[in-house]
Amino acid sequence: MTARVETPSQGRLWTARVTQHIRKNGLQLGIIGVLFGLWLLFIVGAPDTFLKADIYRALMTSVPYWGVIALPLTMVIIAGDIDLSFISIMAVGMVAFWEVYDITGSLGVAFAGCLTVGFLVGLLNGVIIVGLGIPSLIATIGTQFFWRGVVEVIRGGQGESLVLTKGTILRDSLVGKINGYFPAQAIWMVLIGIAVWMLLNRHKFGAHVYLIGDNENSARLMGVNVGRTRMLLFALVGLAAAFGGVLQSLDVWYFWPNLGEGYLMNTLAAVFLGGTSVFGGTGTILGTFAGCFIIGAIQPGIIAIGLTGYWTKLIYGLIITVSVAMHTILRKRIS
Amino acid sequence: MGNILEMRGICKSFGEVQSLTDVDFRVGENEIVGLLGDNGAGKSTLIKIITGFYRPDGGEIYFHGQQVENLTVPKARALGVETVYQERALADLQTLWRNIFLGRELSNRLGFLDIGTMRRETHRLMVEAMEYTSSAVNPDAVIKTFSGGEKQGVAITRALYFHAELVILDEPTMGLSLQETRKLIDFVRSIKSAGKSAIFIDHNVFHVYSVADRVVVLDRGRVAGEFLTKDITLDDLMEKMYRVAQTGSLD
Ligand SMILES: Nc1ncnc2c1ncn2[C@@H]1O[C@H](COP(=O)(O)OP(=O)(O)O)[C@@H](O)[C@H]1O
Ligand SMILES: [Mg+2]
Repeated sequence: MTARVETPSQGRLWTARVTQHIRKNGLQLGIIGVLFGLWLLFIVGAPDTFLKADIYRALMTSVPYWGVIALPLTMVIIAGDIDLSFISIMAVGMVAFWEVYDITGSLGVAFAGCLTVGFLVGLLNGVIIVGLGIPSLIATIGTQFFWRGVVEVIRGGQGESLVLTKGTILRDSLVGKINGYFPAQAIWMVLIGIAVWMLLNRHKFGAHVYLIGDNENSARLMGVNVGRTRMLLFALVGLAAAFGGVLQSLDVWYFWPNLGEGYLMNTLAAVFLGGTSVFGGTGTILGTFAGCFIIGAIQPGIIAIGLTGYWTKLIYGLIITVSVAMHTILRKRIS
Repeated sequence: MGNILEMRGICKSFGEVQSLTDVDFRVGENEIVGLLGDNGAGKSTLIKIITGFYRPDGGEIYFHGQQVENLTVPKARALGVETVYQERALADLQTLWRNIFLGRELSNRLGFLDIGTMRRETHRLMVEAMEYTSSAVNPDAVIKTFSGGEKQGVAITRALYFHAELVILDEPTMGLSLQETRKLIDFVRSIKSAGKSAIFIDHNVFHVYSVADRVVVLDRGRVAGEFLTKDITLDDLMEKMYRVAQTGSLD
């Protein structure tokens, strides 16, 4: 309530603007810096690989499988929750895909059924977490096992060939090669990134996501429907997981019942690497986007540089720990 | 004169704790009601029932003579209730404009935010209502760095924006400097002169006495008594407050 009487000179005003800009975007600049630093390192270390297009095509092929999930997962974490069950929802979605296809014979309907089931399974997570008040970490450990179990019981460990999708509009538009070269799923990841960014930064829903993660009690006192927002967040991750499962399965022409296993740590690491705080209230979509490609590039980068695959986890660990430490320090400095 | 708010027989308990027992409470048109009572008397619980945050276990609530069932926070805000909560209800990591419009963001029909207007309005409000110099107001500043008084200013400005019929202030002077407290008291007076109503909760009996038309004393979840400030001297009021604390009775 104190009137701040100050008349800054032009110079000070300009410096203030720049500082404010850095404050606002410091975390994003940090993560982009890491991305470019790593890139430079790989180019210098393995110019034969990283100055050719093939490696980028490989990244754009495989990162979107789980990258499309990391994007809405960022919102869940900003809201102060976590979801560990999406890896199983990927497989549940594909089971639904196959069952619906079996009944209707239509790939389009099968795809719609798959997304619907993903959304509903995610929503069920939300209902359990919000309705019963179980912490999301614990609830989604439970549902991760449960839904994987459902897949195993229904499929009996059996996979399914997806060769019959060859030449269909569905496959071509989701994972086809544009101009015979560029993987369509990368476009989908960009589109989903833009959509999630709009939702988070330009929509009431996103405003409430930030508020809930920042101070849930304040959000409630001011009339934000906290429960509904959180439930919808889990539903969106479920939807994205089903979509990611379709991308992966169609791309490799086969549905494996263990679909999703191995993506958990990648996806979470990408979100945290991107500067989203585990305490909620802060995080950006651009950061997660960059985080996905950093995580995706580490393994091929290490191998291209000439280290054995045994180095992969060590370097993963280093980069993740250093980046998260950097974010924490930056965040303290900025405030 | 009609009541803009009337509550009858309000009860509320939290598990074993009976916070409010059979409370009758009303706020008249263009009336400033002071709510006094010791820590734990149930003041905050009562106002959170008015704001729709808590659902009472029993009792009736009327706005402008119309009974309202299942009151929620959005419903109460739509009925013209704006609140400066004791706990401020701000979001520290968010920007000033997001805090001003917290829970009531301006948006189009599809729910997309009108950020330009919210930032402009935030700037205008801080300059006009809070008397900040124009260049010192930054709607994009994260409020974590604000002082206690400045944060309180944000909470008050927010209550001001939506042209409330009834402004509720729960211990708003807590943590304010003398200067800031005086401005706050002026602000409560301006509510009166603008023809609106307010509920003013404060530990300082003198503050309450100096702005309220009527004072309601709560004690251990019950209404112990009420007085028109024009009918009682400050000394008598202090004396009665002291006796309530000692004996649980006003006389
Ligand atoms: N959310 C809650 N859960 C449990 N007890 C509560 C809660 N809110 C208030 N109480 C209890 O109700 C009583 C009245 O509290 P409150 O309304 O905050 O008093 P005041 O604002 O007058 O200091 C206290 O005994 C307090 O401990
Ligand atoms: Mg209180």
